[in-house]
Amino acid sequence: MPAPIRLRELIRTIRTARTQAEEREMIQKECAAIRSSFREEDNTYRCRNVAKLLYMHMLGYPAHFGQLECLKLIASQKFTDKRIGYLGAMLLLDERQDVHLLMTNCIKNDLNHSTQYVQGLALCTLGCMGSSEMCRDLAGEVEKLLKTSNSYLRKKAALCAVHVIRKVPELMEMFLPATKNLLSEKNHGVLHTSVVLLTEMCERSPDMLAHFRKLVPQLVRILKNLIMSGYSPEHDVSGISDPFLQVRILRLLRILGKSDDDSSEAMNDILAQVATNTETSKNVGNAILYETVLTIMDIKSESGLRVLAINILGRFLLNNDKNIRYVALTSLLKTVQTDHNAVQRHRSTIVDCLKDLDVSIKRRAMELSFALVNGNNIRGMMKELLYFLDSCDPEFKADCASGVFLAAEKYAPSKRWHIDTIMRVLTTAGSYVRDDSVPNLIQLITNSVEMHAYTVQRLYKALLDDISQQPLVQVASWCIGEYGDLLVSGQCEEEEPIQVTEDEVLDVLEGLLVSNLSAAVTRGYSLTAIMKLSTRFSGVNRIKKVVSIYGSSIDVELQQRAVEYNALFKKYDHMRPALLERMPIMEKSASNGPTEIVQTNGETEPSVVDSKHPPPVSQPANQANDLLDLLGGNDVVPVIQTTVPTKPASAGGELLDLLGDLSLSGVPTPAPSVATSQPSFLLDGLSSQPLFNDIAAAAIPPMTAYNKNGLKIDFTFERANPNPNVAVITIHASNSTEADMTDFVFQAAVPKTFQLQLLSPSSNVVPALNQGTVTQVIRVLNPQKQQLRMRIKLTYTLKGSPVQDLAEVNNFPPQSWQ
Amino acid sequence: MIKAILIFNNHGKPRLIRFYQYFTEDMQQQIIRETFHLVSKRDDNVCNFLEGGSLIGGSDYKLIYRHYATLYFVFCVDSSESELGILDLIQVFVETLDKCFENVCELDLIFHMDKVHYILQEVVMGGMVLETNMNEIVAQVEVQNRLEKSEVLNCLFCHVNSSPINREATKPAVPDQHRLRPL
Repeated sequence: MPAPIRLRELIRTIRTARTQAEEREMIQKECAAIRSSFREEDNTYRCRNVAKLLYMHMLGYPAHFGQLECLKLIASQKFTDKRIGYLGAMLLLDERQDVHLLMTNCIKNDLNHSTQYVQGLALCTLGCMGSSEMCRDLAGEVEKLLKTSNSYLRKKAALCAVHVIRKVPELMEMFLPATKNLLSEKNHGVLHTSVVLLTEMCERSPDMLAHFRKLVPQLVRILKNLIMSGYSPEHDVSGISDPFLQVRILRLLRILGKSDDDSSEAMNDILAQVATNTETSKNVGNAILYETVLTIMDIKSESGLRVLAINILGRFLLNNDKNIRYVALTSLLKTVQTDHNAVQRHRSTIVDCLKDLDVSIKRRAMELSFALVNGNNIRGMMKELLYFLDSCDPEFKADCASGVFLAAEKYAPSKRWHIDTIMRVLTTAGSYVRDDSVPNLIQLITNSVEMHAYTVQRLYKALLDDISQQPLVQVASWCIGEYGDLLVSGQCEEEEPIQVTEDEVLDVLEGLLVSNLSAAVTRGYSLTAIMKLSTRFSGVNRIKKVVSIYGSSIDVELQQRAVEYNALFKKYDHMRPALLERMPIMEKSASNGPTEIVQTNGETEPSVVDSKHPPPVSQPANQANDLLDLLGGNDVVPVIQTTVPTKPASAGGELLDLLGDLSLSGVPTPAPSVATSQPSFLLDGLSSQPLFNDIAAAAIPPMTAYNKNGLKIDFTFERANPNPNVAVITIHASNSTEADMTDFVFQAAVPKTFQLQLLSPSSNVVPALNQGTVTQVIRVLNPQKQQLRMRIKLTYTLKGSPVQDLAEVNNFPPQSWQ
Repeated sequence: MIKAILIFNNHGKPRLIRFYQYFTEDMQQQIIRETFHLVSKRDDNVCNFLEGGSLIGGSDYKLIYRHYATLYFVFCVDSSESELGILDLIQVFVETLDKCFENVCELDLIFHMDKVHYILQEVVMGGMVLETNMNEIVAQVEVQNRLEKSEVLNCLFCHVNSSPINREATKPAVPDQHRLRPL
């Protein structure tokens, strides 16, 4: 068969292809030729074929059939073959393929080869894609090469060692003796990679960090030599002596000096020197300065030095070079937490950056601006930020809007300003705001009682202008529903009152119902708003008509609402005013968490509460505080509900129904035998009906699933909040024997109708004599609500001998799967 | 750590791709496409740093790129690397290529993909910076090339029947716009 074509020929041929299909055809033909050539076991042309294969791989075509050929090339004696073979191994193989282990022996031999370049190739490959097994086997060789005097090999061995440590952290101690005199090397390449190795070791282990602190004087000395030494042609980059090494050393100094006074003290001088002496006209100088600033901010430097650092950053901000400005904004963002006041001085420059054309800079400036907002500058900053929101790209709008909301919530100088700001956001970036901003805004409006008239008027006017922004429309329709009477009566102290008639208001709301721009949710809001107006307006007939029309709407949600409202008109007219009256003030329990709104409806539930108080337990703060406060006395047990504010407060009827379902005979109190006490507090305190929703989980008693040979496994239950079909089980394994159980693995299997997800365990050693427990979380999806059964398999090592056991768990309490 | 080094031209055709973390072939091509898409949109007078695309993973990663004539050199790095330092590294790498290939242009990278890989291997190893001294790198690459050549010549004398493998092609004259120069 003719000799395979050269790589160059192939490339030339492929470049003549005019379409993708033509290229694919050529490549497939060549692949076939290569495959048959491989089959013939031809040694001379193998390297050529693999080179071509690598080229085709780069273009995106499959090349896995070349993996074994790479291995054969690596085993060859020729340098040419080895070179392309190792390259192929690095590009095509990785630890996921079993084939890679075959390389281990070859690499081992090559690490001891007589030619340093072959050794270099082997180190390079090991350092790029060595798996943990390979690293374990070859770590000794690498360590030997780390001590050699050949600088070419030494620097490669250092980086290879970094890779080994990353893969197998336990081997770190092995490299410790070799690092002793790494820093006394003259060769900059070796110095550079040694600093990288030291950095990696310090980052991984606090013991190493403490050990290497004593190197700080040496590092400072090296850095000083670099700065003070005159022009040295071999390491010069734009007039600065080996900037890469300087940057690396600065970074290592940062890690060593963090939270350590002595080291920081030793570094102060050199940092000041670098900061003042470095030339800033070129990028290299700025790179060093930047690193210096970061180091100064991280270690325990004296205040003069810190001020110097922030000033350097301020100078960076004014630099024309975009890269420098970007980098300055990034580091200011990091330091704004610690040195807030210093960064405030540069606020105006940062705000100017908002107007920059560069997207990356704008994003940084926006984040930094939000970090700088405080009570004093809120008005000014907000003006700038709102202006930015108007003009920025869509990708920023969501983040900016949420940022504005948060800032306004924290620092609003007045309620009116707050409402104005939110309205401004909704009108400009309405479609990008997050979903929870609507209920948040509604809650805010309800709480600012004196602003109701003003708010509803402004919202009404906004609605007249534009009904496309859904969050705005939703809030507006809710407000009009609540405060329509204020709107019509034309009382408004803050602003010029507008003259609006009831019919006009109803026109607008009905317009929302029929408009194509309204989402389904919005329609729901407006229908409810219309209904609420039936108690506030005088003309009820029109409302009755609208409501009855929607009784036959195609949208199921609307239909249900309309039908219920109709029923309200016909059969329960006497209840209507009470149900549709004003919403009371809502208190928020958490601003960012799930919307838990504790609503006191003025309806008291008869409660059977024990007089003994529940023991205080550490809990998710929100729930605990609210419940403890309200349970303090012996009376009202509030009903916790996640309300959708638009639902009319016909909660009365619903509540009674729901409570009717729960068994009022009380829940059997479980034997709390486990560490987590989250549900048990409620059970101790209340022997009556459990509060439903998330607290319903409290009803499910924990159980012992397995108890044999000293190993006890308990299950505790919770219901996952968003999905009632998912039961979250936490297993607690405890060991009452005298020896620890190591390599403890818990496995579980469930019948086909269930789905199981096992999260990672807290550890795999169960300490002896019940000194601690191993916990692991299991999530079981039970859509068909069948009885939960589970088979568990336990493996562990006790006193050196492995133990394995299987068990069935059938005694799940009924509440866990119903 | 450097996660990936990509070199592609103004139309998105890859000229060199090197990943220092495992991705399947499909993912690799997707990452190249996405990176090209992000980088080609950039104006020439904006900064050289981009928050990475979602594919290459994580908020910790950013793309640092430089545009030379018809080629984009993109380094995808995480936060442990100094951004300005990587910009300098890209410059060092390109200047090294220039020294090795004598006024390097895109065609050199196209036809000598393996050689470019060998040069890169001397600069970055396992995602970490190995050597930044241009002269060192060039010297080491030269020695290894000579080693290869001497082996080939040995082969020539041993195998009577095989045709001479001529690795040095004469370079065609390169028009100015294809020479790699920083923009």
